[in-house]
Amino acid sequence: MKLSKTNRTIKYILAIVAAFLFLFPLYVIINNSLKPFADVRVSEMWVLARSPSSEGFSKAFKALRQNLINSFILVIPVSLLSVLFGSIIGFIFAKVRFKYSKVLFFLVIFGMFIPYQSILIPLVRTLNRVGLYGKLEGLIVTHTIYGLPISSLMFRNYYAKIPDELVEAGMIDGLQLVGVFRQVVVPISLPTMVVVLIWQFTSVWNDFLFAVTLTQNPLIQPVTVALQNLAGTQVIEWNAQMAGALIAAVPTLLVYIFLGKYFIQGLLSGSVKG
Amino acid sequence: MKKKVLAILVVFLVASALVFAAGTKEQKGANTIEIFSWWTAGGEADGLEAMFKEFSKKHPQLEIINATVAGGAGTNAKAVLATRMQGGNPPDTFQVHAGHELIDTWVTTGFMEPVTFILKDAGFMDKFPADVIDIISYKGEVYSIPVNIHRSNVMWYSPKLFAKFNLKPPKTMDEFFRVADVFEKNGIPALALGDNESWAATHLLESVILASLGPDRYRDLWNGKVKWNDPKVQEALTNYTKMMKYTNRDHAALANMDAAGYVAEGKAAMNVMGDWAAGYYYSQNFKQGEDWDWAPAPGTGGVFIMLSDSFGLPKNAPNRENVVKWLELCASKEGQDAFNPIKGSIPARTDGDRSKYDRYLNAAMDDFATNAIVASVAHGAAISEPWLTRVNDIMAAFTTDLDVAKATREFQAAADRYAP
Amino acid sequence: MYCSQKDKRLAVIMLIPFLAVLFLFVYGFIFWSVRVSFSAWDSILPDMTWVGLRNYQELMGSLRFKTDILNTIYFTIFFIAICIIGGFILSYLLFVNLKGEGFFRTVYLFPLSLSFVVTGVLWRWIFNPEVGLNALLRTFGFKAEFGWFTSTYSIAGFNVALIALIIGASWQYLGYTMAMFLAGLRGIDDQLIESAQIDGAGEWAIITRIILPIIKPITFSAMIVLGHISLKIFDLAYAMTGKGPRFVTDFPGLFMFETTFRGNHYAEGAAISIVMLLLVAIVIVPYLASSLKED
Repeated sequence: MKLSKTNRTIKYILAIVAAFLFLFPLYVIINNSLKPFADVRVSEMWVLARSPSSEGFSKAFKALRQNLINSFILVIPVSLLSVLFGSIIGFIFAKVRFKYSKVLFFLVIFGMFIPYQSILIPLVRTLNRVGLYGKLEGLIVTHTIYGLPISSLMFRNYYAKIPDELVEAGMIDGLQLVGVFRQVVVPISLPTMVVVLIWQFTSVWNDFLFAVTLTQNPLIQPVTVALQNLAGTQVIEWNAQMAGALIAAVPTLLVYIFLGKYFIQGLLSGSVKG
Repeated sequence: MKKKVLAILVVFLVASALVFAAGTKEQKGANTIEIFSWWTAGGEADGLEAMFKEFSKKHPQLEIINATVAGGAGTNAKAVLATRMQGGNPPDTFQVHAGHELIDTWVTTGFMEPVTFILKDAGFMDKFPADVIDIISYKGEVYSIPVNIHRSNVMWYSPKLFAKFNLKPPKTMDEFFRVADVFEKNGIPALALGDNESWAATHLLESVILASLGPDRYRDLWNGKVKWNDPKVQEALTNYTKMMKYTNRDHAALANMDAAGYVAEGKAAMNVMGDWAAGYYYSQNFKQGEDWDWAPAPGTGGVFIMLSDSFGLPKNAPNRENVVKWLELCASKEGQDAFNPIKGSIPARTDGDRSKYDRYLNAAMDDFATNAIVASVAHGAAISEPWLTRVNDIMAAFTTDLDVAKATREFQAAADRYAP
Repeated sequence: MYCSQKDKRLAVIMLIPFLAVLFLFVYGFIFWSVRVSFSAWDSILPDMTWVGLRNYQELMGSLRFKTDILNTIYFTIFFIAICIIGGFILSYLLFVNLKGEGFFRTVYLFPLSLSFVVTGVLWRWIFNPEVGLNALLRTFGFKAEFGWFTSTYSIAGFNVALIALIIGASWQYLGYTMAMFLAGLRGIDDQLIESAQIDGAGEWAIITRIILPIIKPITFSAMIVLGHISLKIFDLAYAMTGKGPRFVTDFPGLFMFETTFRGNHYAEGAAISIVMLLLVAIVIVPYLASSLKED
């Protein structure tokens, strides 16, 4: 869009001011993560670290290393399974009409609105019965299940926009439903796959409630739980806490930096309309 | 774009395949013991680690699973624990506040096994004060092993500020208000409070109530024998509302430790907090006698409000024999002397090795041996958890509204419902 | 779409395992909570004695719960409004082809990658009325006295302490709406705008006549995603403020968590979560129903 020079300048200023507002809380995290423990006080949060030290970072990294790995072990399969299952469910609800399909779909997506605190006890009981309680596999299963509504929704909205003719053409070429899905639909699903992948990656990575309830062994706990555990009941080492927060955010941050453009393209290609 | 994304997808796939091929480690076996606590960092975690070392020396074949959940003075841990116990998946042993939190929540409901035999077999029954044995007992059986004692009614103060205005640390509530006025006139918050979590307000209130009621009637208030409209209780509630005028403005934003920090930094004159504050001061290199010092909370000299962490034996603990070994260590002198000097608390046993403890803790041991002992409300010793949650809720409103009549009604209603 | 009977059957059969698991984990568990909410379960030991609506009646009489409901409503309204309006402005700034778009986009998106557990602590520090942002403003000579999340002042039931939480939550989710809108803006045919400019339409006219109508459907779907975050909000308030003085920053999720797991009032906790769910349903169901009917 063509704009006058002054108009453009004003927009630059606005964008920069906004960027500053987005970044300034980061100053508090970074600044305090660099202080040695004896210097970290809430009353001196703005004071620049006098003698920057890696104490917080090394402590946090030592404490979180195994848990970072655990988080990857958790997040990668969940995101992939969400993409796989979400695309199947989304495709069926978008393109196959059967009795009560709309009602069923409604019931599926309503699942993303339940307050998770309220289902913790039956969840633990169920996982216990099938032998998955206290294991990362149990957490993977849980996140995959509760991720189904939103992933199916995103895929269904995307597939609803694919012209029926395209799919039907595949049918005429002699492909069955499964064949059409694999050879016609999947190859054009990439944009939405990226969106679902990013969404699930970040929300599972950042989840605390399920992680803390379903895993108790520090060797398998995800990083959010370990991050909380850096704090004691009486004494909180804020430098390690802030450093740990930064460390724990790096993977999701990288995902946004490298896939951010595709995230927007993916949103553009249809999954935005709810 | 497609190629890049596809490449990323492939990397993910391969990585997850590798992960699954490697599998996750099996964790439960006969040679393990899962110890559940909310001691995740700082002195308490280091103290626990020291006990683990003792344990491993004695039982090198056993692997310890240190299951910890941080946050909210144990609230998160309690949520996880409750969910696990409900779900039929108890840890081998877990940390629990001695007193009603242990008895009302877990013992009367039949989740625990008595551990009297551990104390009897080792001949430890008389190594613990009778008051302590009393609060961990139900129908003549002991249900947990207390590893430490903390004191709740401690006033931390800034010697510098008191010297500056030529004041003495107050011994009574009247003296408190007198010195508080001086500080207020000079623009210094007399009382630091950090009630971001509402238990800190309850913590302060219990000392204020004790100051008005004295130990016997304090006990009776939490037994339901003394009513909340009792003149002395009313006096205490009124005192509490008066004290709120002298607090730091940001009290609702602060954690309890930040408030204790304000005193040592000279930003406030006094703070009532449990004696873990001493551990915090030592860790921040604040000097006793210079940056901070302590006295019993005003009006509570000669009385020791105690709270205690303990470990118990859940029924159906997966590795019962190992738990018994752990509890034996918890009850022993070596175990307690390994844990407490680092945690910053005094041993629950009366025969701790004095040389291992710092100046504050030695003083606390003296008081514990000689003072009248009552149980803390805010930390689950004196009342049950359902009651305590209600008290904390009432405090969240009372600290703001300062409406004594309304608070009295609500406190009484809670007592009627939950007092034993 | 045309589909053979055989394919249809196959599709339904493929759905069955997913639906079965989902229905157990969602509706089975909700049913369990509903049952508990009508019971006398008030200690760690389950007690399924039927007590009818007693738990709900007690809730309705509780000051804390009333405050929670009001807080949720106000928080949701402001949070969604700021994210929608602010997100649109940000996306529009990027849409007009500023240089360094990649940088700005990443900056606006990055808070989305953080966990509420982390940002909660961060904002608690920043909005500390003594030593936080206020102290910073004071060094620049401003008279900063606002109590932020410790303020107990309220206007028409709106606790001003919520402002701090709204800022914290919006900071985190503005990037999301920005991305949604940017995607929508990028989908607009350039020629449409160019020809309007040739016809002499100003920037404002282009925004209101061309852009806004096109992105309207996106607004609705963004509202649903934001709504499901704000109506269930827990982590942020838990890490940042707690329930606050006189519950000014309390939410049903916090209340439910403390009631159930701290106080062992299981039946009452279940009742809170059912009311929460109903609240969500009131907002979401009509929208979902109408949007499904449309297709």
